[in-house]
Amino acid sequence: MTTTVAPTAAAAPTTGKRPRGAKLVRMLPLSPAIGLMLVFLAGPILYCVYAAFTNMALTGPGAANVKFVGLDNFRKAFGSGAFTNAIWLTLVFTLISAIIGQNTLGLGLALLMRKSTKVVRNFVGTAVIGAWVLPEVVAAYLLSAFFNDNGTLNVILHAVGLPGQDWLYGAPIIAVSLANIWRGTAFSMLVYSAALSEIPKEIEESAEMDGAGGWRRLAFVTVPMITRAIMTNLMLITLQTLSVFGLIYAMTRGGPGTKSQTLPLYMYEQAFSFSQIGYGTAIALVMLAIGAVFSLIYLRGLNSEAA
Amino acid sequence: MKSRKRFTVAAVASALLLAVSACSQGSTTKQPDAGSSQSAGPAHIKIAYQQWGPGVVMKNFLTGVKSEYEAAHPGSQVEIVPVVASENDYYTKIQLMMRSPNTAPDIVYEDTFLINSDITAGYLKPLDDYIKNWDQWSQFEDTAKGAAKGQDGKTYGVPDGTDTRALWYNKQIFQKAGLPADWQPKTWDDVLSAARTIKQKVPGVTPFNMYSGKPMGEGSAMQGFEMLLYGTKDTLYNYDQKKWVVGSQGFKDSLNFVKTVFTEGLAPSPKDALSPNMGSKVGTELLPQSKLAIDLDGSWIYGNWLKSGAKPWPQWSTVLGQTAMPTQDGSGKGKVSLSGGWTWAIPAKAKSPDAAWDFIKTLQTPQNAAKYATDGAQIAVRKDVASNAAYKSSSASTQFFTDLVSVTVYRPALPEYPKVSNEIITAMESVMTGQSSPDDAAKNYDQAVEGIVGGKDSTTTKSTGQ
Repeated sequence: MTTTVAPTAAAAPTTGKRPRGAKLVRMLPLSPAIGLMLVFLAGPILYCVYAAFTNMALTGPGAANVKFVGLDNFRKAFGSGAFTNAIWLTLVFTLISAIIGQNTLGLGLALLMRKSTKVVRNFVGTAVIGAWVLPEVVAAYLLSAFFNDNGTLNVILHAVGLPGQDWLYGAPIIAVSLANIWRGTAFSMLVYSAALSEIPKEIEESAEMDGAGGWRRLAFVTVPMITRAIMTNLMLITLQTLSVFGLIYAMTRGGPGTKSQTLPLYMYEQAFSFSQIGYGTAIALVMLAIGAVFSLIYLRGLNSEAA
Repeated sequence: MKSRKRFTVAAVASALLLAVSACSQGSTTKQPDAGSSQSAGPAHIKIAYQQWGPGVVMKNFLTGVKSEYEAAHPGSQVEIVPVVASENDYYTKIQLMMRSPNTAPDIVYEDTFLINSDITAGYLKPLDDYIKNWDQWSQFEDTAKGAAKGQDGKTYGVPDGTDTRALWYNKQIFQKAGLPADWQPKTWDDVLSAARTIKQKVPGVTPFNMYSGKPMGEGSAMQGFEMLLYGTKDTLYNYDQKKWVVGSQGFKDSLNFVKTVFTEGLAPSPKDALSPNMGSKVGTELLPQSKLAIDLDGSWIYGNWLKSGAKPWPQWSTVLGQTAMPTQDGSGKGKVSLSGGWTWAIPAKAKSPDAAWDFIKTLQTPQNAAKYATDGAQIAVRKDVASNAAYKSSSASTQFFTDLVSVTVYRPALPEYPKVSNEIITAMESVMTGQSSPDDAAKNYDQAVEGIVGGKDSTTTKSTGQ
């Protein structure tokens, strides 16, 4: 571990001593990349910020004369029940599917796989990662069939004597959350597998010698040793989950009514079905802000861990 | 650290420059003055229209006109661009196409409900200079001419047909339920009681269908909701005060009707009703397979069952009857219908507008107009077509739906209408799924409309007649 850090640390002082001209020359090959990034990344983002404060639309007055409307779009959003509903659903979806579902399931799988035989490990790994590499729309299609009124899930439930339910219609946010867990767990599993493999065997063994049982070893030894991985993982999956669109759109289109209309779906509806680009981009900015808040919380967790 | 800061400053500066140039580009780009030079020579015309699911009537019609046009204009090329999309997606797609001269088609098929909004957006070209030299324009009905007029008084589209709406009902199912074969409901309650009887006596059949909710888009607002609302004493817009109507009893009553049919199980389950292809399902499955007893729908649906249609069904004219949608309590004219229709328009950024106009003229020769009115199951908007014997006898329902023109209502043709329509379908969907009560949904609608039309000053609680 330490050997990988050493060369960069040694190289750092030498770059500082180089003359400025040489540094610029060295930057030169990077300029096309930087230029492209500005054009295709920074440009659209700034344009989006600009649009959020206008009445830009695909049709009607907002298409002919784009006008600044100040904070009107945001005022409209926070005054609208549909928007608060979307925020609420987004948080529920993120909490259930990412923070609870993918995160704990991923950790659980990683722990179990460490103890299991190679055959089991390969089998589980392939199955879980298979769900991850499937294209989103294909996964959504399969899961619609699974959660459907007479789909696989209800067949299984009936077979063991439990009442089925129309998941996509009766409990859409639960259905799409479960779908997202199924699809995204592989990522957490890989992150945690990597983190667990870094824990020296001796530490766990000595804890075992001291008489700590399985749960206590997990709570007091394993988890504290992978806190950084947990925080990083939580940050990445939260940001991914906040912006999930294709899966929900293909499964429920945000419906019935607005019962699974998370922020990305609400934004899409307002911007592209109802043609209100300005309002849609304002919602996108709010989404960006929510993502930033989550990131800050996790980053604090990371920093306090480092200190 | 220092270099990173400098980099950030540079990045922000260039991005700002970029954004500014991107903004100004839109407003200063000059339109290519294509008109005069291109009318003389052969041109490439791109024509965009909505492809309705499996239906190919328009495609066949356009293909025929294309060969006629290309034969008459050697060297010219007509490219037919079918935009396969659901209601709202179609408008979004063509609006995106019309925004840029690179993608704008030369001719676009516009629903009259959106045309004013697109005129205000500056997407369309006024056609007055073309029309004044066109001998066919006098053949068009005045109401139809009005449908494609902007608020500036100029005409932006050539209508190719209109439509009316009423109840289609299955006489065989009615017989099984002991209901009259010549059904003539006088009030909403008559419709509901017939549906209840069918639910009781003919199990396995959906008693009543009305389009509702977001997936069916404007179909829900117009065929569904407004067919109810305009049968109450209230309307969407007060033409005398030039204000949008909010807080009306008629609006709540209409939502209550929606709630009744969906909660009593008289309509398809909300889940089925919210499927985006409900429209083609009704036309190609439910009605032809006698699984639906009463359908609140448009004059055109028999187009599905023609030989050229998506689901040929020669027996339809004996199995199905048509009757007018009654008003709420039978008052007023006693029946209600709404009309819309589509127009051919030329985008402002079209590359060959003159050739496009020539093509529209070819679309609207008396022969082609009559052909489309019969094949496309349209109500004619041209006097010569309407009096054409072949058109009048083209289907068993043509006379019935043409007669409804005397009671028909047009939607408020204002740029705000499409947004208001979205609020209507949002209210419908929340009621049919049980998310809100009709009163709450109506309250949300009122609030949303105030936001759309610019505050309380632009709304009124008083409706006026048409």
